[in-house]
Amino acid sequence: MKRADDYEVRRQHIKNLSDEELKAKFWELAEKAVNPMLELGKKNTTPAIERSILLRMGFSSMEVKPIVEGVISKGLMGKGAGNVVWRLSKKLGLSVREAGVGLAEGKYWDVVDILF
Amino acid sequence: MSLDINKKIDINELLQDLDKYEPKRRGWHWREGQNQKRMVGDFEYHETSEGLKNFIPLPGSRGFHYIDPQPDCVITTEIASGRFEDDIRRMRMAAWHGADHIMVIRTAGQSHIDSLIEGTTQGMGGIAVTRKQVRASRKALDMIEEEVGRAINFHSYISGVAGPDIAVMFAEEGVNGAHQDPQYNVLYRNVNMVRSFVDACEAKKIMAWADMLQIDGAHNANATAMKAWKVRPELMVQHAINSIFSKKVGIKPENIALSTVPPTAPPAPCMRLDLPYAVALRDFFSEYKMRAQQNTKYMESDMREATVTHTLNLMISRLTSADIQSTITPDEGRNVPWHYNNIAAISTAKQAMNGMDGLREIVKLDMDGVLGHDVRELKERAVLFLEEMLEVGGYFNAVEQGFFIDSGYYPERNGDGIPRQIDGGIGVGMIFERDADYFAPVSVHYGDNNIPKEFARASDAIGGDTFEDRTKIIYIDELDEHDNVNTRLKDVEKYKNTSIVKPEVEWKADGVVAITIFLPLPERTAEFAAIKCGENMGLEDVTVVHKQCLHPSEGTLVEIKGKVKFDINVDELIIPEKPEVLSAEAVRADIQENPIFVVAATVGQDEHSVGLKETLDIKHGGIEGYGVKYLYLGTSCPVEKLVDAAIETNASAILASMIITHDDIHIKNMRKIHDLCVEKGIRDKIMIICGGTQVSNEIAKEAGMDAGFGRGTKGIDVVSFMVKKRREMKNED
Repeated sequence: MKRADDYEVRRQHIKNLSDEELKAKFWELAEKAVNPMLELGKKNTTPAIERSILLRMGFSSMEVKPIVEGVISKGLMGKGAGNVVWRLSKKLGLSVREAGVGLAEGKYWDVVDILF
Repeated sequence: MSLDINKKIDINELLQDLDKYEPKRRGWHWREGQNQKRMVGDFEYHETSEGLKNFIPLPGSRGFHYIDPQPDCVITTEIASGRFEDDIRRMRMAAWHGADHIMVIRTAGQSHIDSLIEGTTQGMGGIAVTRKQVRASRKALDMIEEEVGRAINFHSYISGVAGPDIAVMFAEEGVNGAHQDPQYNVLYRNVNMVRSFVDACEAKKIMAWADMLQIDGAHNANATAMKAWKVRPELMVQHAINSIFSKKVGIKPENIALSTVPPTAPPAPCMRLDLPYAVALRDFFSEYKMRAQQNTKYMESDMREATVTHTLNLMISRLTSADIQSTITPDEGRNVPWHYNNIAAISTAKQAMNGMDGLREIVKLDMDGVLGHDVRELKERAVLFLEEMLEVGGYFNAVEQGFFIDSGYYPERNGDGIPRQIDGGIGVGMIFERDADYFAPVSVHYGDNNIPKEFARASDAIGGDTFEDRTKIIYIDELDEHDNVNTRLKDVEKYKNTSIVKPEVEWKADGVVAITIFLPLPERTAEFAAIKCGENMGLEDVTVVHKQCLHPSEGTLVEIKGKVKFDINVDELIIPEKPEVLSAEAVRADIQENPIFVVAATVGQDEHSVGLKETLDIKHGGIEGYGVKYLYLGTSCPVEKLVDAAIETNASAILASMIITHDDIHIKNMRKIHDLCVEKGIRDKIMIICGGTQVSNEIAKEAGMDAGFGRGTKGIDVVSFMVKKRREMKNED
């Protein structure tokens, strides 16, 4: 879109604001702009977020990738990949690390089907 | 492992037991002792921080007792050689010159890799940011900061489609700062916008836990927009989005820094455009920190020009404020920065900031005039931008409609923005809604987390995560058996701890040298003639890195780079021994017993007086302080007059200063003094000593002098020589 500079027309409603009022308005608008993104962040997850969780659970970058890919293909991302590994470890009586490494190696995926 | 000033950092030793290394600390570190007046040498400074234990001062400090006042703000240098083992050596040099924020650039394309990468593969335009390279660099910096006596911040990038992964690794490895701005991914890396913001929530939450400083990506709009000064209202909007977003995720405002660049450069009237913008930003973003970056958009290959632009940028920092002063190397318009250009950039910042210390106390910005008007207009334009963004349905819609990086001065629009689609870009379709029973068993997490009732904290489910128990971190060493640091070190092994050396600018023994050539030729001919010059000098891969027409037909300046084919064996060099200097007490005692009288002057048509005066005056540690009496005949003194004065006063020595070297006039004058003394029959009774910036002992002796003294000479050097020489002359008698 092309538009000529209509600053003088547009500014009429803000031109009489004090500097403090203008600053307050700037931050009020900025906050409004980011609120939807913060909400999206609260309610959603991504492969990168789930990998970051698995990394912190004590898995290597090489192990977290196949686990998350498996969780995606099982349609279980909504549960959380870390949750899948944790529940699996409880179910099988394994350590969290053993359960996750197993998944990374392609094992236990049949058990994952009955975790939720 | 600790460092010895007299030894190079040993990369093999650094890599030993790296799998077990724990960083000394976490979190960002500001300089100590800001906001207090401080005496350094003869001066009171108003904008400095605590000094360093080990440092290399500016060359000009010679006139000020070699002081090295450290500005109050953190100073950044960016390193991008692609080999961490070479970067580390440069970090050490940079720290000695005053950098305490080391930013390593990532290899090209890493932001599109949907995972962490491992090992030590060679990068392009930066390192592959891997755990091993990050850990090794932090380990080196942990030692370097001990050496210089100041905490050093290590910094890289948390962006791309593996942002949260990298944030975790950085938090675990003690990285102190990072760029994180979801808008950067969207606009410049075409990462899906929803994915980018959702990822950013988690990454920022982790950064908050690690107390990392965050720098945004708004400065990229400067570099991308067709007319950088026109995007100033938009830049304020980009800064605002990332700042408030980060704060609401949980990063404390003092750890949120705006990456702000003065948008223009000369020959544009840049101060009039850049200063209002800088003031407007600091007004609106008073809660946040300013990372003042230097302009790259209008940089060409001329390092002098870049340095002037950067100095003007530094003036803006001093007229307004800067919490972090970043630097751009003057050769960035030519190549990936070279070792010494990092130092040049740091020195430019340090020099300018020292020089402008306390500027705001004596120069006030006039907000009642055009500056205040322009500041207000910029702020209003930014507010109007945000208003329209919300009117069209919010940030995502605004991006879809190409609001950003449009070269119009908002509300003007030029239709050349970068539009991105909400359902497009890399990583699209990879956003998953969390179910009611979503659970992330970690101690730091953003958003909904359904922690099972039996656990007080989410990470209790797994007995603590890596942030609580670092023994759980899985360290990967190498994945590529060919492309790794061990192979690279083996290739340059003959240069390690041996007497063999080769010039370098980036990597050990890369062999690259640069040569400055003036040719009395038109530009295009000169370019090819310069390459031929380099080839005739024996260089390989000769390329032109800079050229500047001085006149269409009279001549061109060309700078070339090329590789040398040879090594140097330092054991085979003939290096004259440094003369042993007598102690101050010994020379004083000697002179008290047998006084020395000298005549001194700057000879020829030469008006330079500083060097000689410093050599003479008691105040500057000159020979007078050791009991030597002198007759100073001033500057532009004919050599005949100097020799006659020596005869009349029965002087023990003649001290002749020569700065001008045009057509070897200094050597001719040395010969003339010598010949005159022979002619007048006093040569064997008098010492003749000359000094000057281009004088060396070897040149002087060759021209008939008894000694020559160059740059950095102190009074004790000269007086010590005279005492020893006089003893020799007596023995000969």
